[in-house]
Amino acid sequence: MEIIQHLLDGFLIAFEPLNLGLVIVGVTVGLFIGAMPGLGSVNGVAILLPLTFLVPPTSAIIFLAAIYYGAMYGGAISSIMLGIPGASTAVATTFDGRPLALKGLADKALIAAAVASFFGGTISIILFTGFAPALASVALDFGDQEIFALMLLAFATFVGLGGDDIPKTIFSICIGLVFSAVGMDIISGTPRLVFFDITGFLHGINFLVLAIGVYGIGEMLWTIDSTRGNPSMSKVQISVERTFMHMKDILKEWKPAWIGSLLGFFVGILPAAGATPGSLMAYGISKMTSKNPEGYGKGEVGGVIAPEAANNSASTGAMLPMLTLGIPGSPTTAILLGGMVIWGMVPGPLMFVEQSDFVWGLTASLYAANFFAVVINILFIPVFLWVLKMPFTILAPIIFVLCLVGGYAPTEDMHDVWLMVIFGFGAYLLRKLDYPLAPAVLAIVLGPIAEPALRQSLIISGGDATVFFTRPIAGPITIIAIVLLFLPLVQVIRKKRKKAKEAQA
Amino acid sequence: MRRAELITAVILAVFSIYLMWKSTELNIGWVKYEGPGGGAWPFWLAGIMLICNIWTIVNWVRRSTPQSRSVEQFMDAHAIRMFVLVGGSVVGLVALVHFVGVYGSVPIFLLFYLRVLGRHTWRLTASVAVVAPVVIFFFFDVAMRIVLPKGYLEPLFYPLYDLFL
Repeated sequence: MEIIQHLLDGFLIAFEPLNLGLVIVGVTVGLFIGAMPGLGSVNGVAILLPLTFLVPPTSAIIFLAAIYYGAMYGGAISSIMLGIPGASTAVATTFDGRPLALKGLADKALIAAAVASFFGGTISIILFTGFAPALASVALDFGDQEIFALMLLAFATFVGLGGDDIPKTIFSICIGLVFSAVGMDIISGTPRLVFFDITGFLHGINFLVLAIGVYGIGEMLWTIDSTRGNPSMSKVQISVERTFMHMKDILKEWKPAWIGSLLGFFVGILPAAGATPGSLMAYGISKMTSKNPEGYGKGEVGGVIAPEAANNSASTGAMLPMLTLGIPGSPTTAILLGGMVIWGMVPGPLMFVEQSDFVWGLTASLYAANFFAVVINILFIPVFLWVLKMPFTILAPIIFVLCLVGGYAPTEDMHDVWLMVIFGFGAYLLRKLDYPLAPAVLAIVLGPIAEPALRQSLIISGGDATVFFTRPIAGPITIIAIVLLFLPLVQVIRKKRKKAKEAQA
Repeated sequence: MRRAELITAVILAVFSIYLMWKSTELNIGWVKYEGPGGGAWPFWLAGIMLICNIWTIVNWVRRSTPQSRSVEQFMDAHAIRMFVLVGGSVVGLVALVHFVGVYGSVPIFLLFYLRVLGRHTWRLTASVAVVAPVVIFFFFDVAMRIVLPKGYLEPLFYPLYDLFL
């Protein structure tokens, strides 16, 4: 009852005209920032942080949280419309969102993404409201061993995602991980893998450089080649009847929505994990538990719902350790935390007691942001679809230009733009030979989390790798990961035996 | 396609060996009080990459994957023409940024792509080539404060900087 009273008080703060206005402006700005390749919630929150000095601290954090929320919704838009993930959190949405758009079902994919984001957001805010301190303490039990075990689990699901050609999938994961190691060695502080002594490699390879190269330039070249320059995705129509028809299909997909929401929230609260592994794992588990796993990657609506529910759920989950422990769960929450510190707030367990108005005002504003984000997102769908109606010979060069500015924006270095072009050409050629490229993109995101976790774990254990099996949380996760890793091999052997039996018969 | 798969696997195997060699610039063994050396992680990953390429070559020899059995051309005449024209224009777009910045190269690229490759009318081509850089300028330079490269055209932007930045 006490929680409900606090929440009602929070709604009074969230629905103050200034705060409500900031929520609406925040989610709208966030939607467009998230939809722009190269920009994401991190850029949006960081860039607009100084603007919030004009309003009181609670309103400022509500505004920034609304941008964060809106950007999570917006990330799906470029993944579906252009096949380019605006941020790492939207990579998994590309797998089925893009094929749906190519089939002329971009409206269905966009509605599914909006509804799933709303569902994931709502579930996570309810969990956030009810279990914040308790869940934060569980997250604290996650050490380096658990984080690495979780990363191993994520890599194991990649093998499941990659298709039948196992060596090519494992190659793709490893090359992504190696690219993530380029730059400075975090422990010894020495330069590592600086190819041909080019100084641009010293700051590493940004995930977006690989993602925009693969999904932007590579995907465009592939589309022009495979469709002879005339893709069918411009035939999208939108009508009330179609929307209702799609909603019927979308609402049937309750399983990926729940998987995404619960898994996303749990992974989101883990420090350093965040929405990207959450959305990927949700996609993998949704595929494994689906009645139609073969349809995943070819335009299955569940493949949009699971990651979208997960990334929105994780974004709320990531706020939990930030508020209760002062540990940011994602890069964006790190910036939010910085903002709170600037305003003299002290995140931590006492915050719920000492700054109760702020905490509950923010919590209530998340409900409001989630509601307005889904409404604004759905209202803008006709505008997004209008883009797809453009002839491909206009759309393609605009996408190339977006790739250029999107590749430049994160680091403001032309070296990265050149790398992006090289990755794009390489991706196009490798894709023709059936190399799965999504695992490489996801591995470059998870590499900077996995490597330090592995090294720290081995330092603590004195080089004893059994530590991943003996700890109560890490052990079961590692064993599940290893089982998943070998599952495709077992399936291949089974298939071969079955074929051999059929041939004999 | 079959020959391309073998050539690619061999090139990637050589690249994996290069990465292994490059990783050895840092310690790849166990460092006292520091744990695994800085080169260990990329070294062993590149090692796995090498094994995967050998595995792909074995699959090629056994013709056990669709690509290793395919008799299709890797790139037909259309694909080569597209790759040269579209890929070349993208390289040109990026190369021009160093000289005339984003706001010089983008209109040139759009004019070429829309008029020559897309065969659109001059009116449409010119409209897109003018509107796109203006939108980019207001979104990136003005709203997001991400100053895109201007190359030798930088002085032309000083009045705009005074007005908007």
